Amino acid sequence: MRYDIKLEIEYAYGGPSDHARTLVRALPSDLPGRQIVSKRLLTVDPMPSERSERRDFFGNTMIALAFHQPIERFEISVRAHVERLPHPVGLDLSPDLRGLSRDIAQHKGLRAKAPHHYLGPSPRVAQDTAIATFAIHQSEPGMTAIQIVERVGRALHAEMQFDSEATDVETPPSVAFSNRRGVCQDFSHIMIGCLRALGIPAGYVSGFLRTIPPPGQERLEGTDAMHAWVTAWCGVEAGWIEFDPTNKCVADLDHVAVAYGRDYSDVAPVKGALRTSGDQWSKQQVDVVPI
Amino acid sequence: MTGTVGKEEFQQSPLLEDYALQRGVADELYDADGTMRPVWKPFINLLQRLSPEDCAAHFARGDQYLRDAGVFFRQYSADPQQERNWPLSHIPVILHDDEWKSICAGLEQRAELLERVVADLYGDARLVQEGHLPPELVARNPEWHRPLVGITPASGYYLHFLAFEIGRSPDGSWLVLGDRTQAPAGAGFALENRRATSRIYPESFPRSNVYRLAGFFRAFREAMDALPGAEGRLSAILSPGQGNDTYFEHAYIARYLGLKLVEGEDLIVENGRIQIRTVSGPVEVGVLWRRLNAAFADPLELDEASQIGTPGLMEALRQSSVSMVNALHSGILETRAFLAFMPKISEVLIGEPLQLPNIATWWCGQKSERDYVKQNAERMFIGEALSRGLPFDMSMPSALGGTLQGAPTPDLSGWVDSYGLNLVGQEAVTLSTTPAWVEGRLLPRPMSVRVFAARTQTGWTFLPGGYARIGRTGDATALSMQRGGSVADVWIVRDKPVPEETLLDSGNFRREETGTLPSRAADNLYWLGRYVERTEGAVRLLRAYHLRLAEASTPDDKRIANAAELLRQLEIDPDQSLRATLDPMLQAASVCAGKVRDRFSVDGWFALSDLISSLASLTDDLQPGDDSARALRVLLRKISGFNGLVHENMHRTSGWRFLTLGRAVERGDGAGAVLAGFASSTSPEGLAEIALEYGDCYITHQRRYRIDPTLVTVADLMALDVDNPRSILYQVAVIRSVAETLPKSRWRGRVSAVLSVLLPLEAELSVSAPSDITPERLAELRDSIADISDRLSAAYLV
Repeated sequence: MRYDIKLEIEYAYGGPSDHARTLVRALPSDLPGRQIVSKRLLTVDPMPSERSERRDFFGNTMIALAFHQPIERFEISVRAHVERLPHPVGLDLSPDLRGLSRDIAQHKGLRAKAPHHYLGPSPRVAQDTAIATFAIHQSEPGMTAIQIVERVGRALHAEMQFDSEATDVETPPSVAFSNRRGVCQDFSHIMIGCLRALGIPAGYVSGFLRTIPPPGQERLEGTDAMHAWVTAWCGVEAGWIEFDPTNKCVADLDHVAVAYGRDYSDVAPVKGALRTSGDQWSKQQVDVVPI
Repeated sequence: MTGTVGKEEFQQSPLLEDYALQRGVADELYDADGTMRPVWKPFINLLQRLSPEDCAAHFARGDQYLRDAGVFFRQYSADPQQERNWPLSHIPVILHDDEWKSICAGLEQRAELLERVVADLYGDARLVQEGHLPPELVARNPEWHRPLVGITPASGYYLHFLAFEIGRSPDGSWLVLGDRTQAPAGAGFALENRRATSRIYPESFPRSNVYRLAGFFRAFREAMDALPGAEGRLSAILSPGQGNDTYFEHAYIARYLGLKLVEGEDLIVENGRIQIRTVSGPVEVGVLWRRLNAAFADPLELDEASQIGTPGLMEALRQSSVSMVNALHSGILETRAFLAFMPKISEVLIGEPLQLPNIATWWCGQKSERDYVKQNAERMFIGEALSRGLPFDMSMPSALGGTLQGAPTPDLSGWVDSYGLNLVGQEAVTLSTTPAWVEGRLLPRPMSVRVFAARTQTGWTFLPGGYARIGRTGDATALSMQRGGSVADVWIVRDKPVPEETLLDSGNFRREETGTLPSRAADNLYWLGRYVERTEGAVRLLRAYHLRLAEASTPDDKRIANAAELLRQLEIDPDQSLRATLDPMLQAASVCAGKVRDRFSVDGWFALSDLISSLASLTDDLQPGDDSARALRVLLRKISGFNGLVHENMHRTSGWRFLTLGRAVERGDGAGAVLAGFASSTSPEGLAEIALEYGDCYITHQRRYRIDPTLVTVADLMALDVDNPRSILYQVAVIRSVAETLPKSRWRGRVSAVLSVLLPLEAELSVSAPSDITPERLAELRDSIADISDRLSAAYLV
């Protein structure tokens, strides 16, 4: 499936911001076996004083921008053509939880995909008893890791209500979970907390969803802005699988991945720091159209 | 198990009568046979010659010095009153040079090892891949910062300044209790310990054999100057700010070594270069001595919640534009669980066993180690594996000697099984004891020594002594090393005199260049000047009001109502308690002052603290009238005391200029406001006198005009008299003359934006007649002063 992706992000400040610096993780990358990027372009208005591009620890494309002069607003536009490759889960070769912990123990290394990064608490996903308890109730002896991931994802979808008014980008997962409401970021953080509580390494994926569903299918939640879902390591044989708890489905042809990390703090599309006392607001516009 | 061991010739001394050695515990004063170590004898001899009263007097000299020098530390708190005096134990710890040399040799090896460990963890992680370090201890470690992976230090080394906490085992050998690699604290306090003990034991003691401390600092300053990028650029200490528990030391070392003291907010990064925002524009930094935890250093790439970091700092590190002491990577080396693996890692990385062992540690993430810890729990501390605390700085949950505290379950064994990955067991070491002065005699107290090491061009050099922690009670199991202990000087003594060097020879250090005052410091000084002046103005007005109340024959005297009305116009509520009115202004002044404490004399700081505590001690039931007027007079005197200390004694540097500007701007505005209130009042009876009292020129007025004051005579004196230090014109002249000395006051043939407003204003006021001073004109004047303040801010303070 090939997509033409357009993303516009606009930031505005209450007063002029001096020496604003911004990190942008909004450009999709090639992912062997999953997606191929044939064209990608990111433009910034006004023109930043500094711009550099590199890969972060997790392999995501990260663009650093700096404005030496005070600015009151800036706008980022992304244009990309991405081919999504079919990646069915296929035969379930994943072990049960005990087998999974053996697989983890045998893994020595600290590269980005090492499961060890995705087990402990991370900046936005602290350990939470309520979430852990919920997770433990979903798991039954003998279930494979993949079965547990899907069970937890579906159970969360049933338990939670999608509500774009209930939370904001700073809401901790514990609060979203106790209110049983939130958006894709909350669904994903809670699911990550669940899986880690069970000993399944779990991370956060930011990306896009196709805007108009294929004929005869329902429109997915989360198409009006950047989307998020969960990646989980299900052992040496099965590797990483991606599940979207907001839409209770495996992330496949309708999803385009942009950045991977432990939680939102590793992949935030725009991270900024500025010297200004006023408020700020932002708006996002996304279009993902098959070509 | 206590028993007195033989103490040969000193046995009869009343000083040592109660000095009971404990079995199974090493002692600094006596060796294993109960013989006094020769290195202590001259000192004990000296003490014995002094009467208890003499001792007390000597110790008081040291304490007095520390108070006068303003040495303090604090627990994290914004409240300046929470500062605590430095808890000096008056008896030094004395070690022989030979023993010290072997300690330093062991620590030099350890420093080299730590350097290689951190290089590995942020490089190809061989230690983890080859199974010498469990991946969990790195991947889950909050001090392993992923954005730093692959970034190598510009200076070529990760570690430049280290501290080691060491203790003596019961068998007499030394043991490393913990490595301090992130931002080791205490070297500045070591210097102060030494200054204090030199006052306690000034004469009659042969100090010539005791190693001096100054050489170490000089060597490290030279090493910093030799780092890549230092040439021609500033070197600075990066402090988390005054809320930090060792902020005193940051300011102290900055002053002592001639380094800039900066906070994250002072720095900006442009094109990968770090600059300090100063009143003369950005100035590049070549070396940063970091006293800030790495996580807080850059909110963009590290802890996003940090309010005290510098966005873009990571970018500067990637571009190798700054040498950092120590690299941001270094904090992970303090991880408690790492101590379990260091013996093996030493073999792997440097092919040698550790010369100085570290405290025995078992990580409970491995089954055999976990079982061992459970079986031997009564001989262990069990606590968080990823903590960076020293063994005796236990946080909850933890277990000591088999007793579990603060854990979700009461069952120790179950706790260790469930949370094994997050736990380590550490041998509950018994430290050696050393003499401490307790109620007129010497008693044994447990101690650990902190050893500071600095990398120089010729290798690691060590601070010879200076700092030991002394336990609160005689219990040598290190329990008493937790909070509430004291700190002692450590003397390293050799058998012949050490080479002479001056302890505090600042002549070798470079002078701080003027004109590089950080903008944030200038801003705080400017506002300090304004807030103190604002407080003084309010005190003067309130005093005038309460004097009227006290003098009035009838309560419906018009002058009282008029005065109250004027105060209300100036946003001072005369019915509110004095404390409620004045406290916010003084607190604001105190916050500003706290942020520029390194630029203040200790006396100036004390004067401000005294003023604040005088205000705090005012009761809310002060009676209006005479009672209140008297209290205000006391406050006024203290404000004058502060102003006198600061303005008379402060050097005429950029800092003084901004303080002066703040005072003049506020004073000019205050005079304008009072005059405007008077001039526009429909019921001005009594207000002329109040204005004159506010301007402290009642007597001048009487002498000069010999009539009752009118708006014209008051305006003449308070607005236009260039010789009256409280007039508006005088303030404008002060601001103008200071503004002329500021950077870029004249630039490419033009005057600065500030002067372009000041010059015409001064000229115009100089030729004005008192009758020109109308309410409208006063409003314009106040607008002009506000405009001047804005222009000063825009040019120098942001």
